[in-house]
Parts: sequence; structure tokens; C-alpha cells
Amino acid sequence: MKRHSAILLTALVVALAFVAQAQNKGEVLIKNATIMTASHGVIEGGSILIRDGKIAAVGKNSEVKAGANAKVIDATGMVVTPGIIDAHSHSALDAVNEGSVSVSAMVRMKDVVDNTDINIYRQLAGGTTTIHALHGSANAIGGQNVILKLKWGKPAEEMIVPDMPRTIKFALGENPKRAGNQTNPFGQGNRPLRFPATRMGVEFTIREAFQQAREYMREWDDYAAAKERGEDPTPPRRDLKLEAIADIMRGKLFVHSHCYRADEILMLMNVANEFGWKVLTFQHVLEGYKVAKEIAAHGAGGSTFSDWWDYKIEAYDAIPGNAAIMHHKGVVTSVNSDSADLARRLYQEAAKTIKYGGLTDEEALRFITLNPAKQIKLDHRIGSIDVGKDGDLAIFNANPFSIYARVEMTLIEGEVYFDRKEDLKRREIIAKEKKELIEKERRTAPQEQRQPQPPITPTVSGPGDDQPEIKQ
Amino acid sequence: MNRNRTLRFVIKAVIAAILIIGWMALGRPVIKKLFHNSVASAQQAANVFVIRNAKIVTVTGATIERGSVLIRDGKIAEVGARVAAPGNAKVIDATGLSVYPGMIDSGTQLGLTEIGSIQETHDTTELGDFNPHMRAIVAVQPHSELIPVARANGITTAITHPSGRLVSGQAALINLDGWTWQEMTVKAPAAMWMEYPRAPRGRRAEFAQQAEGAANIAQLRERQLNALRQKLEDAQAYAKAKEARAADKSLPPRPVDHVLEALIPVVKGELPVLMVANTDREIKGAIEIADKYKLKLIVSGAEDAWKVASTLKEKNIPVIIGAVTDLPNNEDDDYDINYSHAAKLHKAGVKFAFQTDDAAYVRNLPYQAGTSAAFGLPKDEALKAVTIYPAQIFGVDKLLGSIEAGKMANLIVTDGDPLEFKTIVKHMFINGKPVDLSSRHTRLYDKFKDRP
Repeated sequence: MKRHSAILLTALVVALAFVAQAQNKGEVLIKNATIMTASHGVIEGGSILIRDGKIAAVGKNSEVKAGANAKVIDATGMVVTPGIIDAHSHSALDAVNEGSVSVSAMVRMKDVVDNTDINIYRQLAGGTTTIHALHGSANAIGGQNVILKLKWGKPAEEMIVPDMPRTIKFALGENPKRAGNQTNPFGQGNRPLRFPATRMGVEFTIREAFQQAREYMREWDDYAAAKERGEDPTPPRRDLKLEAIADIMRGKLFVHSHCYRADEILMLMNVANEFGWKVLTFQHVLEGYKVAKEIAAHGAGGSTFSDWWDYKIEAYDAIPGNAAIMHHKGVVTSVNSDSADLARRLYQEAAKTIKYGGLTDEEALRFITLNPAKQIKLDHRIGSIDVGKDGDLAIFNANPFSIYARVEMTLIEGEVYFDRKEDLKRREIIAKEKKELIEKERRTAPQEQRQPQPPITPTVSGPGDDQPEIKQ
Repeated sequence: MNRNRTLRFVIKAVIAAILIIGWMALGRPVIKKLFHNSVASAQQAANVFVIRNAKIVTVTGATIERGSVLIRDGKIAEVGARVAAPGNAKVIDATGLSVYPGMIDSGTQLGLTEIGSIQETHDTTELGDFNPHMRAIVAVQPHSELIPVARANGITTAITHPSGRLVSGQAALINLDGWTWQEMTVKAPAAMWMEYPRAPRGRRAEFAQQAEGAANIAQLRERQLNALRQKLEDAQAYAKAKEARAADKSLPPRPVDHVLEALIPVVKGELPVLMVANTDREIKGAIEIADKYKLKLIVSGAEDAWKVASTLKEKNIPVIIGAVTDLPNNEDDDYDINYSHAAKLHKAGVKFAFQTDDAAYVRNLPYQAGTSAAFGLPKDEALKAVTIYPAQIFGVDKLLGSIEAGKMANLIVTDGDPLEFKTIVKHMFINGKPVDLSSRHTRLYDKFKDRP
């Protein structure tokens, strides 16, 4: 069965990758579209020219001229938006949590990218083009994150955004406390307790790590000074964990912190101020609306769920107006998925913020494009339809914030990675190929007695990051 | 000193005058009568409402572009382009707005659970495999914070059910308003909740196989299936014995067996069975059991229902779709397999309705229907599958599911299509009473949006 799955998956990868391989570099012209730029309003009857992966021109049909060899996509009746950016994902990763220690700043998600994760394709089919794939929330200071373009069919190295900034995951509240409390509903079983067990301990864990990193930096400074003086000192021992935390203080590594309650949000800003760094983005930040003023003053962003609440006590005060309130109080706000499921419909999640917060289409669109781009420091290359940015686009059959809308096509750097028409066409071919492969396997499989086995299927998770193996 | 005394005297005199005039006024019979009259007319008006100038989407009949709905004593009294209303009816001017039936969620845990991770707030899963005598309705918490949140998006009615066992207990159809669970009851029991024995899936399957071995898991499922069959046969025998005793009092009385007693309406085909079955094999198994024991089957979950659609259609078995917005189960499934499920069932002629299978997210019911419409289900069918179809499936279509005279006045007044994200529910009536649309969420929003 396992072998079957592997063969089928390979076939699927090859078949679908074909869609991408068939594209060529050069010029792509999308014409007759309604263009929601996310930066400068809506263009009716508009065209976008992509040259060598970058947006070369955008404007009214009459204003945009393409070369004779340009591949033309007629988007009559369609709505084009920037490729959607998910500021909080755990997709395309082989592992998510190094939760055995309270500080795991040394581990890197870029070392565990899984480019065969089928969720990549499913998310492309929802217009998502870039994901911020984070370490989990099992510990107060987690690992370093990776930013991926969902280039389905390409090697992992090509999916990693080359000039991505380095970001690191922190986590506050219930999740990092879990391993300190054996009587929790998530089945730590007989594992030994791990510090911390309270929000007090979480604060201390972070403070202690920065204290140690500060001392570590001093050791290296002393060493450099001694060398400068012409002495021959023994270099300090290199510590990859403290190196990472030192990089936060050096402004080379940026913090994305999982959090829920207002008190812990304030706590982290307090620790950050004490050690002279800034939180780049608060993740989840479900009570961000209670302290939006303070978050805005700190200069941090807020990346939240549209309407998740109630799955644990720290989510009981979550409200679907959170994004709107943070936005109105000056916080750069995004709406994320934290879920392979919702990452397929972030446009629907953004639509809910219009309903619950009275926002405009453009504000909601920014929540899933330009604002998450800012939160991962990539707004110079993605997040809006502007000349010079990457040709990452989602093409919808209607206004993306209508329940009746669906994605027809998704492009990354001018290449079509999802095309619904192609997908529908290929289904028959894939079904035939699958049948043939199964029959071949039947013929060639050893004749031993095979035990009946239940189908191997991926676990489907409900909302909330309460399933440690998936969600943290 | 003097001035103070004077001031105090004046104040006292004024208060005394007010008291005397007040007493005289209240004591005078004419005023008394007027006062009583206004109370009486307010009471009468509390039961009579007329919604004017609305677009009325009746669901079962033609849409009225501009008309009125008269509500009296909990019921829809009249619907039409011209409706005469009594003078004391409270008028709701719905110019530019639309009236729809309240939406029905065909599977929730509303009232039976409050906070996901806190076990103490869960009342869904009793001990033991066979709990047909457990009644969801008696454990419904009418003042759960989750209920107003669900209501705000137009859901007026829901199935709430126990879960997690072979026979989990009796599901209830409840209105999402009432001071007590009795006031909330529309129909209880509405169905018996059963779960077809299934192999653990996903990661749990891998763990279970490591722990038990694949063969043992298959055996466990077989054992559960046999136990279920046995229980249904026992119930048949129990019912037969009971009937015999009723006909012939000379027979010795039998002690009451609560489990079998509760299964009598099930094996008599009077109480429908909501059976969770997801794979095509499970669904076929459920149908086999239903055929053998003459159960009135409704399949719930039903991820693979499209694979057995012709059988479901032929046997007239309705489906409560459970997975529109879930991830596909298998890596090689079509990416839109769940989005397009309802469209496939509709094409095959299978009767279906939507559910959220949740408590905190019941408000997202319209989006299950709407997303299905984005992937091929006709829009009017999507609306029916959250209104009249569930009413039909649970045998309450004389009462709910459309805007028709004589039905329970469960309706919403919206500024647009209730399946759309941007639509706001402006008014709601449940059982003919206007319902407050605020919730924990609107309270917190209002409190903090203007925080200085």
C-alpha cells in the first residue's frame, strides 16, 4: 500500500509538474482583466505584462504593449489579484516542532522542506503563491522559519525565496506550557515534565536566553578585542543556539511570536525593549484588539485568524473583528491560515474581515497580500501588482470576496503553476494511469499473503492548534 | 445657614408636590384605564409583526419582489405582495432588504460543549458503546456563548447530537433561542446518532497498526459490527415481547431495559438513524444494516457518497454532507473533491443537506453551501440544502424551511444573499419572536474598538 501511494504520488507530481514545465520564460500578457492591485486600486479592462518573471507593465489594455511572442492569457470576465501570501503556514515541511527543549533557536525549517507535499498544489489551487513556513509553538523560543514560493514540481532549493529575511518563531501561552503540565488533554503521556509550566516560566525562559546570548556576545567581543591587541586568545566555543539569539539582538533575525492573550503580548514587548530589539510580527494575536495601541507603538505587525475562537480558554475572547480593530489602530495586519486547509481559501478568510469589521475590498485584499509581504520583509518583491515586483498572480472567475468565486489560474514569476482547465482535463489521464499502475503492481507484487490494511490517509485537523503533531 | 435651610425647605416642598401629584394622577380611574390599555396593547403587539417592502425568498415558491410577511403568535400568518396587518402590529420596514427562512444546520454540538480543550465543558460522549437512551436535549445549555454567535449569521435551528460511540444517543432539533431547553425544542428526539464501525484513519491508523497490528484492527471492527447487529436484533426481540405482553396480559411482565427500550422506535423505522459513514465501504455497510433491520437511514459525513450515489438515490437515503471545506482525504484525490461533492450528489438526484459538525463554527454553515455553489451546485439548491431540505430530511417540512403561511416564524431579514460573506443579518425571528443578534463577539468588539 505504501509503495502504491509512493508510485501514485510520483505520477501525480510528474503529471502536474508538466503544467509548470510547459511554460516558457519570456513575456506573458494577461489582458481584459479586472485588476485588484492591492497597492493602487482597481483597474477595469486592464492588462499585466510579465517579462522574465517580473511585472513589466500594468494598466489599461491600451497602455500595456507586449511583444509578438508573448504568451497571452485572455482574462475577460476574470479578476486578477496579487498571489496570496500566507504569513503562517506549516505546509511543505517534514518536521514542525523541536519541542524537546524550551529553546530550539538552532534548528532551521529550511533544512526540512518537503517539496512533494500535496498541500502545495492544493494551496496553489486557492491562489496562494508564497508561504511563511514556521517552526511550531511547542516551546518558548522555537526554530528558524523558511519562506517558500509554492513552485510545485521544483526542487526544494528553488522554492526557497533566495533573498528571504531570516525569521524565528517564539511562542507564548498555553502551547509552550503544555509540556510542563502532564494533566493536559493532549496526551503527553508519561513523558517527563519540561520547564516551563506557566506564563511566568515562559517569560523567564525568554529572558534567560537573551541574558545568556548577551554574555555570549561579550565573550566574542572580548575575544575580538584581545586579538585586536595582538594577543593570541582561545576562541570561545561556538553555540548555534545562542548565535541565533544574538542575531535577534544584532537585527539579523526577526521574531514572529505565537501569542493569544493581551498580557503575554505586552510581556514580550517588555522583554524585547529590555534587550533592545523589536518584535517583527505577532502571530495569532487573538487578543491583539485589546492592546492594538501598544502593538502599533512597538511597531509590530499582527497576523491573525479571521474567525477562529473557542478551541481553548486562551481563545475564548477571540473575536472576528480583531483584524479590523488592529488595522484601524495602525497595526500592519494580515489574515493567515496556520492550516493546510484554510491556506486553500485565504480569500474567503479575508472576506470575513469585511463582514465583521466593515472593511473595504482593498483593505481585505491587503490582509492576504501586501501586509503579509511586509510582515516577512518581502514587500519589495511580492504583495501587490506593481512594476518591478514578481509576476505572482491569482486569477479568479469573480470578485474573490464573493462566496461564489473560485481560482481559475495561479502564476508564480510568470509561470502558470495552476490552471483549473488543465487540471480538469488531466483527471481522466491520471485516473487511467493510476489504474494501470495498480494493475502492474498487482501483477508484479510477490504472492505472499497480504494482510488487509485500512487506507492510509492524511489526518484532517480541525481548527485550532490543539493537535500537537500538526498544529504547533 | 439661613440660606441652606430655605433651600432644604424648597427641595422638600417640591418632592412632596411631585409625590402628591403622582399619587393623584395614578389614582384617577381614567389614567388608570389608559395605563392598563397601553400594557394590554403592548402585549398584543408583542405577538404580531409585519415585515413590509421586502424581497421575499420563499424557497419553496416564487420569490416575491416586493411584499410583506405577517407574523402572529409564533407563526407566519400571511405572505404576499399585499398583506393586511392589524393596527397594533409592530411594523418592520424592510425596504431594500430580503426575507429568507432561517437556516438549519444539520449537525452540530451546540449547547453540548463550550470550550474545545476543556473536557469539563463537553457533554457529547457518554461511557459505553451503546447509549441510545442518552438524550442530547436534556444536556443543552441554553445560555451557551456559542449560540448567539451562530445565530448572528442567520442560523435559527440546528441538530445537536451526542457523538463518539457506536450508538451515541438521541439527537435533537433545536431552535437557537429560548430561556430553557424545553423552549428551544423543535423535535426531540429528531434522530438516533450512530457511528458505523470504522478503522482508525490517518496518523491514528499508523499508531493503531503499530500498537495492535492491522489484523487486530480489522478484527476489532468486525467485533463492533457484530455487537451492533446483535443489539439491533435484541431490540427487535424486545419490541416483539413488549407487543405480545401488551396484547396478552397473562404473559409475565419484563423488566425495562433502557437501552433496548430506546431502540424500539429505531427498529420500527419511526425514528431516523443518523449514521456516520465516510468511505464507500462504510456507506455500503451502513446501507446493508439499514436494509436488514429496516432502519430509516440518513448518512452523515459521507465523504465518498458520490461513489455510491446511484444506490443512495435508488433507496431514497438522504445525506448530510460533512466535509465541504475539509482537506481531501487522499493525496491523489482531486483538489476540489469536497468542494464539488454536493454538485455531484445533486446531479445524481440524491437528497442532501449541509452541516458544520461543530459548535463554535456553526456561523459558517452558509459558506459550506456557498462554496459548493462555487464548484457547480446551482445557487438555489445550495440555499435549499440549508433550509427546506434539512426540514424534509428531519420530517419537519410542515413546520420549517420556507416562508409559507402556517409555518413556524423562523426567518431572517438580510441585506442580501445569506450565503454571501458580505451579507449582514439585520433582523431575526425565531418562533415568531424577534431575537437579539448581539453576542460575546459584538460585545467585546464594541467594548474595545473605542478603547482610549
